Amino acid sequence: MPNQQDSPLKTYIDHLERGELAYQFSLAAGKPVFYPRVLCPFTGSDALEWRVSKGLGTVHATTVVHPAEGEPFNVALIDCDEGFRLMSRVEDIAPKQVRIGQRVRFRVHRPGGGEAPCPVFVPAEGA
Amino acid sequence: MEGLKRGGAAIVGVAESDIGQVAEGMSVIDLMAQGTKRALDDCGLTLKDVDGLFSATAQSRLSVLGLAEYLGISPRFLGSTIVGGSSFEYHVAHAMGAIALGLCEVAVIAYGSTQRSVGRKQASVREVNPYETPFRPFLPSSAYALAASRHMYEFGTTREQLAAVAVAAREWALMNPVAWEKKPLTIGGVLSARMVSYPLTVRDCCLITDGGGAIVVTSAERATSLRKKPAYVLGCGQSVTHANISSMPDLTVTGALASGKAAYAVAKLGPADVDVVELYDAFTINTILFLEDLGFCKKGEGGPFVTDGRIAPGGSLAVNTNGGGLSYCHPGMYGLFLLIEAVRQLRGECGARQVQNCEVALAHGNGGVLSSQATVILGTGATV
Repeated sequence: MPNQQDSPLKTYIDHLERGELAYQFSLAAGKPVFYPRVLCPFTGSDALEWRVSKGLGTVHATTVVHPAEGEPFNVALIDCDEGFRLMSRVEDIAPKQVRIGQRVRFRVHRPGGGEAPCPVFVPAEGA
Repeated sequence: MEGLKRGGAAIVGVAESDIGQVAEGMSVIDLMAQGTKRALDDCGLTLKDVDGLFSATAQSRLSVLGLAEYLGISPRFLGSTIVGGSSFEYHVAHAMGAIALGLCEVAVIAYGSTQRSVGRKQASVREVNPYETPFRPFLPSSAYALAASRHMYEFGTTREQLAAVAVAAREWALMNPVAWEKKPLTIGGVLSARMVSYPLTVRDCCLITDGGGAIVVTSAERATSLRKKPAYVLGCGQSVTHANISSMPDLTVTGALASGKAAYAVAKLGPADVDVVELYDAFTINTILFLEDLGFCKKGEGGPFVTDGRIAPGGSLAVNTNGGGLSYCHPGMYGLFLLIEAVRQLRGECGARQVQNCEVALAHGNGGVLSSQATVILGTGATV
């Protein structure tokens, strides 16, 4: 059997490069899967389909990191509407103002300098 | 682990190595060997008797090989399960199984760490998780802070209740001559300490010290011929729920629920039978979560449960009588110290901090970011 073409991580990053938050959907389980991987953690099936999230979600948990140097920043767990959870942060709002239950919307953060893009979220009132 | 016979094995020797801030150049294996020598002396056995060896530490990937070489032994049974700070509770269950099957008869379980002396960056390999690391969570603290935030949201747990855990641990530590912290602590002192990852301040987080130790496990039959009162292993349970916090199924319910149930079932005991609880207090939220999940109070009521001195000296439930990871010592993987203190309480060796009529001790280890849980229930001869 030849090696698979793209790693789950590469496919995920490629979607982010195109401005998309992608996740996998397990056809066998009928459930979303995140983080991306080679098999479904519910059934063991490798019939995983890539889908693009609408980008809306809710803050599930939140903290504010106070680093030894630099400004405090937010780290959060976001529950996307499609039913998967990921770690990220909420921007465009003071870190301490992020609230569990807050509605948020995805955008891509491009750090540059050879670093991969990553998903961040911003407040999305009424969404 | 229902296949194990209740009371079939016992912990017969326990000892800490040097702890706190150790001499320059001491290696983790030096500390493991120190603990091993002292634990063997504690029960009157020697290296010649040791045919099973278990160890785990962040600073040495193949530590059990390093320890066997240092001790000059070639044990017929080895264990090096490494799942974080709960590893040693897993080792007790594995040693018990090996002993029951005749794969070894006398097992030493050892730990050592010099994370304070060498600095945390050197002490742990920095693992990169592409789905978490880009967001710079300050691990492990931020993971526990996320869990705390959810507990506060779902149950109204307050920062003051978290702080009460740290205050209680400090009160116990002040009665432990070898504890790192020597000064009293107040709720205000916890709240106003330097913030690490909200809501956890540095006083909500475990210490960063050097330290190590060892315990000796053998069959119940062999145990009766040794120097001190054996601490019989009445039941063990383990549970793994995730590795990374973003994959934790429910941030407010840990695997302690399953590991506790399994241990209680083999021990044929319940929370009401437990005289002393030693649980891994890496962060103040841990004590609240584990007291709930181990059945000492209802889910969500852990906050009120730990206030008003209930788990402090003189309270109705003795928890972390050595001062815990929060105030006594915390070299990085704390689980072995739970077992050492539990055994000493059962033997009546704890001096000022001795719990009266102590017949049943529960030791509960936690590893990773609430990732791996393991419960060991120990009892005196009267409970077998």
